[in-house]
Amino acid sequence: MAEATTAPSGPPGRLDRARVFIWLQEYGVYAAVLALLAFNVLFTPHFLDAANFRTQLVQVAPIVIVSLGMALVIGTQGIDLSVGSVMALAAAVVVLYLGYGAWPAILMALLAGAVVGAAGGSLVAYVGVQPIVATLALLVGVRGIANVLVPQLKEFRNPDLIALGSGSLLGLPLVVIIAAALTVVVTFLVRRTTFGRQVVAIGGNRAASELSGLPVKRVLLTVYVISGVLAAIAGVLATARLQASDPTSLGQFIELSAITAVVVGGTPLTGGRIRVLSTVMGALLMQLLSATLIKHNLPQSWTQMVQAGIILAAVYATRERGTR
Amino acid sequence: MTTDTTVIAPESGNGAARKERISHLIQQHGALMVLFALIVVGTFGFDSFATPENAASVVVASSFTAIIAIGMTFVIISGGIDLSVGSLFVLGGVLAAWGSQYGAVVALLLPLLACGAVGLAQGLLIARTGMAPFIVTLAGLLGVRGLMLAISDEGATTYLVRDRTFAALGQGEILGLTYPVYITIVLALLGMLLLQRTGFGQNVYAIGGNEQAAALMGVPVARTKVYVYLMSGLLAGLAGALNAARLSSGVTILGIGLELDVIAAVVIGGTLLTGGAGGLTGTIAGVLLLGVIQSLINQVGNLTSSFQQVVSGAFLALVVIAQRLLSKAQRL
Repeated sequence: MAEATTAPSGPPGRLDRARVFIWLQEYGVYAAVLALLAFNVLFTPHFLDAANFRTQLVQVAPIVIVSLGMALVIGTQGIDLSVGSVMALAAAVVVLYLGYGAWPAILMALLAGAVVGAAGGSLVAYVGVQPIVATLALLVGVRGIANVLVPQLKEFRNPDLIALGSGSLLGLPLVVIIAAALTVVVTFLVRRTTFGRQVVAIGGNRAASELSGLPVKRVLLTVYVISGVLAAIAGVLATARLQASDPTSLGQFIELSAITAVVVGGTPLTGGRIRVLSTVMGALLMQLLSATLIKHNLPQSWTQMVQAGIILAAVYATRERGTR
Repeated sequence: MTTDTTVIAPESGNGAARKERISHLIQQHGALMVLFALIVVGTFGFDSFATPENAASVVVASSFTAIIAIGMTFVIISGGIDLSVGSLFVLGGVLAAWGSQYGAVVALLLPLLACGAVGLAQGLLIARTGMAPFIVTLAGLLGVRGLMLAISDEGATTYLVRDRTFAALGQGEILGLTYPVYITIVLALLGMLLLQRTGFGQNVYAIGGNEQAAALMGVPVARTKVYVYLMSGLLAGLAGALNAARLSSGVTILGIGLELDVIAAVVIGGTLLTGGAGGLTGTIAGVLLLGVIQSLINQVGNLTSSFQQVVSGAFLALVVIAQRLLSKAQRL
C-alpha cells in the first residue's frame, strides 16, 4: 500500500486505472467472497443453515492448512508440490502407530511430514535444486512410500482420533478451530517475528539477503519443514474425519488447490510478499464457488472451468502492479 | 549440444577442460548410460526381461509419453513449463473417440484443432501478458479437465471408437511394433532437426538461456514462445488421439497427472528446468528409462506399483542432485 500511493503520477485517467488494479489486488478476494456470500444469501435456499456452513468449513479446513505452508514457500519464490503426498504419508503413519495411542501416532505423522519437508528443503537450500523438481520427486516418491506402508483403505476405531475429526468445541468443529488457530500462528510468524521478516527478505532478493548475512539456507529449510508439518496436520485431520486411512487418494491434487488459494489471494509467485489472510480467503472463495455452482445444479466440470478463469484473472490483476 | 564444449574447452587448462568435458558428457548422455546399464542388469537378472514381447510392450507404452515429452522438451528449453498436457492428452482422446463417428479424418483433426487452440491461447497469454507459464498452464490444466468432463457427462460417458481406419492407426503393427511407435520415432527425428538445425531451434535455446539478451539480439521472443506452446498442445492432443485409437475408446480417467511423468522424463533426460540447455535424445532416453524401471519392477513380481513410485521418485531426486553437481563442475 505504501508504494501504491506514491506510484501513479500520470494523467488522472491512468491514475484511476492503476488505483483500481491496486485495490483489486489488495481487497479483490475479500470483495469476491462477500459478493458470493451475498448472492448465496439471496438466491440459494437453506444457505444460511448452520449445518451447511459447518460442512463447507470442515471441507475447506485441510486446504486452508496446506495453503498456509504453501504461502510461506511461495513467499520464498519456491513451490511445494509434495503436500498432497505428505498428507497421504501422514494418513498411513497415523494408523500404523495407532496401537500406541492417538497422540503418539499423531506425533509420528507430524514427524514424518517434517522429515519429508526437510528432505525437500535440503535439496532446495543446500543442493540448489529447483523447488519444482525437488518437490516433484517427493510428490512421486512419498505417495509410493505411503502406499507401501498402507496398501489398502484401512478403517480404525480409535475414539480419540475419531473425536478429533468429528468433535466440536462451542458448536464449532475442532477441525475448523485448528485451521483458524494455525492461521493466527502463521500470521503472527510472518508479521511479528524475525523469521517471518527473513522469509520475506529472502523471497524478495536472495542474493542481497545472503550478502547482508541472513541465514538463507537455514530459513529456506525451515520453510519447507513448516510446509511439511502443516500438510501432515491436514492429512491427520482429514484421516480423522474419514475414520479411515486412504493413502491412495487422500490429498491428491491438493497442491493445485493450495497454489490456487495462494495465487488468488494475491501473493505473487515471484516471492517477497506473503499474504496469509488473503490466502485463507482464496481457499474460502474457491470452496464457496464450487458449493454455489453445485447448489445451483451446475456440474463439477463448470467449477473447474470457472476456477481456471479466476486464477487467470487473479494473476492478471497482480501482474499489473508487479512491474518493478 | 556441441557449442558449449568447443567454445569453452580450449580456454581452460588441460585437466579442468577434461573434467568439464566429462561432466558435460554425463549431463547430456547420463540417462542413456543408465538406460543401457539397466537393460544389461535386466537381461542377466530376469529371464523374461529381454524378450521381444517385453521390449515391444515397454516401447509401445512409452511412445505416448514420448510424443508429449517432445513438446515439453521445447517448452522447458525455452525456460517455460506446460502443466496442461495431461489434461490435453485426455481431452484429445475423448474428442478423437467422439469424432470417430464422423470418420477417421475428423477423429484425428478434431483433437489436434482443440488442443492446438488451447496451446495457442496459453502461448499468447504467456508471451503477450508476461504471466508465469506455471500459472497459465495450471489454469489450462483445470480448465481443460473441466472441458473434458463437460463433454463426457462428467466423465460418465466413455465414447467408443467407431471408425476402423482410425482404430487401425493405434493398433496396426509393423514388425511387432504398433504404428504409434513409428510415429513417435518420426516426430522425435523431426524435433531433433527442428531443435538443432533450424533458426527456430536456436531461438528456443537463446530465449531459455537469457530472454533479455535474446530479445536485444533481435530474436522474436513472443512469436517463438507462442509456437512452442502451440506445439506442445498439438503433440499432447495427437498422443491422446493415438491412445484413444489404441484403446478403441476415449477413456476419461487415464492421463490425469501425466504432466508430472513427462516433466520427470524430460528432467531425467538432462534438460535443465532453468532453460537454455538440453535435447531430445536425452528426453527419449528419459522416457524409456522410466518405462524400463517399471518393467523391471514388474519382473520382480511381488512388488506393487507403489514401489515403482518410490523408485521413480528416488531416481528423479538422484538425477537432479547429480545434474546440480555436474553443472557446478562445469562452471569452475
